[in-house]
Amino acid sequence: MRTSTGARAGQYVALLAYLVFLAFPLLWLISTAFKSPRELGSLHPTWIPRHPTLANFRQAFDEQPLLHAALNSLLAALGAALIAVVIATPMAWVMARRRTLLARAATGWVVVSQAFPFVLVIIPLFLVLKNLRLIDSLAGLVLVYVVWSLPFALWMLVGYVRAVPPELEEAAAVDGAGRLRTLVSVTAPLLAPGIVATALFAFVTAWNEFFFALVLLKTPEKQTLPVVLTHFIGAEGVADLGPLAAAAFLAILPSLIVFALIQRRITGGMLTGAVKS
Amino acid sequence: MTSVTEVRRPSSRAPSRGHPRRTHDHAAWFLVLPALIPILVLSVGPLLYGVLLAFTDSQSGRTAPTQWIGGLNFRDLLHDTLFWESFRIGLVWAVGVTVPQFLLALGLALLLNQDLRLRWLARALAIVPWAMPEVVVGIMWRIVYNPDAGILNETLHNLGLGNGRDWLSSLTTALPAVIVVGVWAGMPQTTVALLAGLQNTPRELHEAAAVDGAGAWRRFRTVTWPALRPVALAITALNLIWNFNSFALVYVLTNGGPGGRTRLPMLFAYEEAFRYGQFGYAAAMGCVMVAVISVLLAVFLVGRLRGGDDS
Repeated sequence: MRTSTGARAGQYVALLAYLVFLAFPLLWLISTAFKSPRELGSLHPTWIPRHPTLANFRQAFDEQPLLHAALNSLLAALGAALIAVVIATPMAWVMARRRTLLARAATGWVVVSQAFPFVLVIIPLFLVLKNLRLIDSLAGLVLVYVVWSLPFALWMLVGYVRAVPPELEEAAAVDGAGRLRTLVSVTAPLLAPGIVATALFAFVTAWNEFFFALVLLKTPEKQTLPVVLTHFIGAEGVADLGPLAAAAFLAILPSLIVFALIQRRITGGMLTGAVKS
Repeated sequence: MTSVTEVRRPSSRAPSRGHPRRTHDHAAWFLVLPALIPILVLSVGPLLYGVLLAFTDSQSGRTAPTQWIGGLNFRDLLHDTLFWESFRIGLVWAVGVTVPQFLLALGLALLLNQDLRLRWLARALAIVPWAMPEVVVGIMWRIVYNPDAGILNETLHNLGLGNGRDWLSSLTTALPAVIVVGVWAGMPQTTVALLAGLQNTPRELHEAAAVDGAGAWRRFRTVTWPALRPVALAITALNLIWNFNSFALVYVLTNGGPGGRTRLPMLFAYEEAFRYGQFGYAAAMGCVMVAVISVLLAVFLVGRLRGGDDS
């Protein structure tokens, strides 16, 4: 389409403004992470550290059990992602292929659960997990994360299932394959890329989660990375900026890598989900 | 219970028609159960349990049995001025974040839908906040807002706009400052949703309108917006809910301070439940939050949908 040069220039100026708004806090975080304590105390901070140093990273690891917390986060996120896709994929298939009451109720739950107020859920959840003796344990947290990531996982997977032509499954059924055989050997392989994307998304959601972890985990050795990160901020709100920035920078690397891998699939999954339902 | 596949099944299978429908249902239940049980135990159950709790005097770590107290919690809540102040802040926050978020995301989505250089970079950056833990977003902006080592005050100083201030601990600037962070953090979901909506608008219509000599604004109003409306409504409604329920960002940025100026209802209820142990009272707060938000949302959606019929 024709666009005048003036309009084009305006578009580029606007795009540049967006780039600055989106990028500057991140760049500043990285810059701060590599500055020495003396430079952080100086009156006029600069974008490029004058004497880049790794001292903040060393100090961050000394002050808080970051590695241990990262391991906890990793276990919780991996467990949640694996369980979520294993139980969500069959359900998504039913929701996509059947028009039963059950499938409709499940779709309704997916929508309504987006509006769930966490306050109303967290207190009973706390009590239920306490009765199941799963409070203050990673296993309990994993269960909560599974349920919590299910709505979006189902939403994405239903889109992917709909993209698989039902004729393929029918053909397998005609050839004498049972329903489950068909599902496992025909549908699942075709869904594989979508399942991987969904698992990665559930992984990032769990890796980033804070509220449930804050409420459900009390023992310091069991806490996940986001909870431990808040320990860098003192009771009075005073924080040692260097180590804080260094630890925060390290904490986003895994999810950034995962997101780089699935960026296209997430937008794609949202597209199919939005269009087809 | 008939489904498309059943109707289309080839007639050669007709002899075995006796019980496929029943095996069908068994299979469906078998497939759904692994997900259904956790959903019932950890999502639907707790929600109902939470509503019941609001009518009890449940407290943490108490030995005496919990008792029904009817609407007492709600009567107390009605006179709890601190809660309503927090509620007001929550509404200001939710609307203050959602509206700019929508306008900014719409602008960005329109730009990303154009054939511009650097589009890939903007696309990638627009997704980044989504990949970051909210705790890290909060920490990052604390460093930006830091009165001494922060880039904001330094930039203002360099531009000759004064010496800046302590944004997060000043009574007047704390709420606007956290709202800016909320807008930044929520850009990806909104942009992605709107971009998806834009890519579904019919290109031919757009070109036809351009040929007819419609300007950019008219093309947007007559072609783009009608197609985008459903997506825009859905994402705005969701944003309102998500933002009203937001917790981690403000917990890290200000923890509700200074003087309660940024104490969102979620922070308030969290403290009530897990610092003071008033489970029943906090559950009542949750109920009130859900009820008010549902009503507001219903009014918003009905109003918008009706507006659509007029135009």
